[in-house]
Amino acid sequence: MSILIGRETRLLVQGITGREGMFHTAAMMRYGTKVVAGVTPGRGGEWVQDCKVPVFDTVQSAMNATGANVSVIFVPARFAADAMLEASDAGIALIACITEGVPVRDMMTVSYYLDQNGTRLIGPNSPGLLTPGESKVGIIPGHIAKKGNIGIVSRSGTLTYEVLYALKQHDMGVSTCVGIGGDPIIGTSFMDVLEMFEADPHTERVVLIGEIGGSDEEKAADFISDHMTKQVVAFIAGQSAPPGKRMGHAGAIVEGGAGLASDKIEALRRVGVCIADHPEMIPELLS
Amino acid sequence: MKLHEYQSKQLFAEHGVPIPRGRMALNAQQAKSIAEELSGRVVIKSQVLVGGRGKAGGIRLVNSPEEAEDVATQLLGMNIKGLSVRRLLIDEAAEIESEIYLGITNDRGAKCPVMIASAEGGVEIEEVARTTPDKIVRVWINPLLGLRSYQARFLASSIELPRKHWKAFTQIAKGLFLSFMETDATLAEINPLVITGDGRLLALDGKMVLDDNALFRHVELAEMRDIDEEEPAEREARKYGLSYVKLDGDIGCMVNGAGLAMASMDVIKLYGGSPANFLDIGGGAGSEKVAAALSIILKDPSVKAVLFNIFGGITRCDEVARGILSALDDLESDIPMVVRLVGTNETEGRQLLADADMVTASSLADAAKKAVALAKENKLQ
Repeated sequence: MSILIGRETRLLVQGITGREGMFHTAAMMRYGTKVVAGVTPGRGGEWVQDCKVPVFDTVQSAMNATGANVSVIFVPARFAADAMLEASDAGIALIACITEGVPVRDMMTVSYYLDQNGTRLIGPNSPGLLTPGESKVGIIPGHIAKKGNIGIVSRSGTLTYEVLYALKQHDMGVSTCVGIGGDPIIGTSFMDVLEMFEADPHTERVVLIGEIGGSDEEKAADFISDHMTKQVVAFIAGQSAPPGKRMGHAGAIVEGGAGLASDKIEALRRVGVCIADHPEMIPELLS
Repeated sequence: MKLHEYQSKQLFAEHGVPIPRGRMALNAQQAKSIAEELSGRVVIKSQVLVGGRGKAGGIRLVNSPEEAEDVATQLLGMNIKGLSVRRLLIDEAAEIESEIYLGITNDRGAKCPVMIASAEGGVEIEEVARTTPDKIVRVWINPLLGLRSYQARFLASSIELPRKHWKAFTQIAKGLFLSFMETDATLAEINPLVITGDGRLLALDGKMVLDDNALFRHVELAEMRDIDEEEPAEREARKYGLSYVKLDGDIGCMVNGAGLAMASMDVIKLYGGSPANFLDIGGGAGSEKVAAALSIILKDPSVKAVLFNIFGGITRCDEVARGILSALDDLESDIPMVVRLVGTNETEGRQLLADADMVTASSLADAAKKAVALAKENKLQ
């Protein structure tokens, strides 16, 4: 009862021996995610996480030996493009890139190549995905969400946690939570995820968490108007952000009059989406 | 990272784009000697990282080296939109017959670079886009194939550039594309690209913005950063790996995560307050980073109250609490503070702060309301 990840997910961690990789692999395993392999070039043959997870030198050899079908990337920004291309070439169908700070030029070539290969990429600069009770791929704290029928798609990390937490306090559960990432060029858009939620029989309502920059929210509004039958509630961060200033996320910037929060809110409202004034209002709007 | 005009044009020239003869001067004496070298009429252009320099009186045409020295003296130290002029570009004056626009940036939706041309040069392209959008032509560039000649010709013919200039235009378009790609730029703009009286194409003004995330592979470009043009607090924040943007309100904010930081600012505004800054301490920040962040916030004299909103995931609430306490040991501030700690080690965090004189809040809305009230109260005193 989910999209993208679930019980069938067999996870490969690229950068498993690094500080972040180690820490979050342990958290994912505690949550119950099937972590079947790790990759760190030069460390093949080792076993990590209390000798439960084998490490390989290449994604291809890890896949051959373990049948991994999803990869999560924790490698530093300068190696992230290579990691994504390697996973795609090895035939991984779904990649979640947690790494923040990947150069835009790298993402242009990577997106182009992954599209040709038919690889789905979540991120970069994403907190990953969570299907409560089944699988956690990335860094979203597992204990703040319970299983349910609300789909969540967001460009942010901690703001998403805030919403998960508010939902849980109202005893509302989540089918899958997808963090698509805060960078200007990302693999999967709001529209892609909305389409999956619309098709998922176990998702009944959807929460969209957007922010300033780009026009992905406006495209989502068009999609909602033409194709969504399920209720969508949204919050857009950055109404008080001045133009021309990057608000932390590489993609969160109002440029040349485009990417304003007010335009996004207006576009979504016009197609019947309820807009929350603040994130803690979302549970009320859903009930 | 924004580059100055003289730096941008130098990079264009290295990729085969013709630019006027000229050099950068740091003082009036240098300006005079450059004007002597160039001989004849020169343009003196203030180098500040902000648009509208011409309208602000920062660009002047002079007829002699002596006049160049005088004008340079006037311009240096001049204030343009809050930035002080410290560098000048002395360029030979060009005889302008017509002006066009040529720029390149990333199209986020199309996930590739887009080159933009317009017959309306010398004005802001956003202005042209708003008033006469049909005067703007775009070509999207495959990142693996690069800009092809036919695409440059398409731009040239679409803006009705006379055929005799197509060859030079194509060379400039390709040069601009290369400067953009090789420096990991997010914007490269020639505005105006002029046709001179003697029939040459010349990049009269240039602007570039580089991708901060790619500076690790451009050490020489990273050194071009003009730190004088930055807000000192923003520079200090970068040193500690904090993301800080100064705003004009009176409630200082410290939040973990960019989206949550923006949302916290929005909620402050929703309840009638005004944020003094955007500040994201990032994921997993230790107490040292938190202390640095708090001291940056408290250095801002307009701050009348501080709001901490920490949602602990990788970040541990007790670490944040320790950071706050250690900063307060050094700073002795009497600014009222509201703290909301949720998530990893929240109980330990709250215990640590129990003895400090701070207002606690259970939700973001509650925290914002309290901060707004305290800021108002503090302002009246």
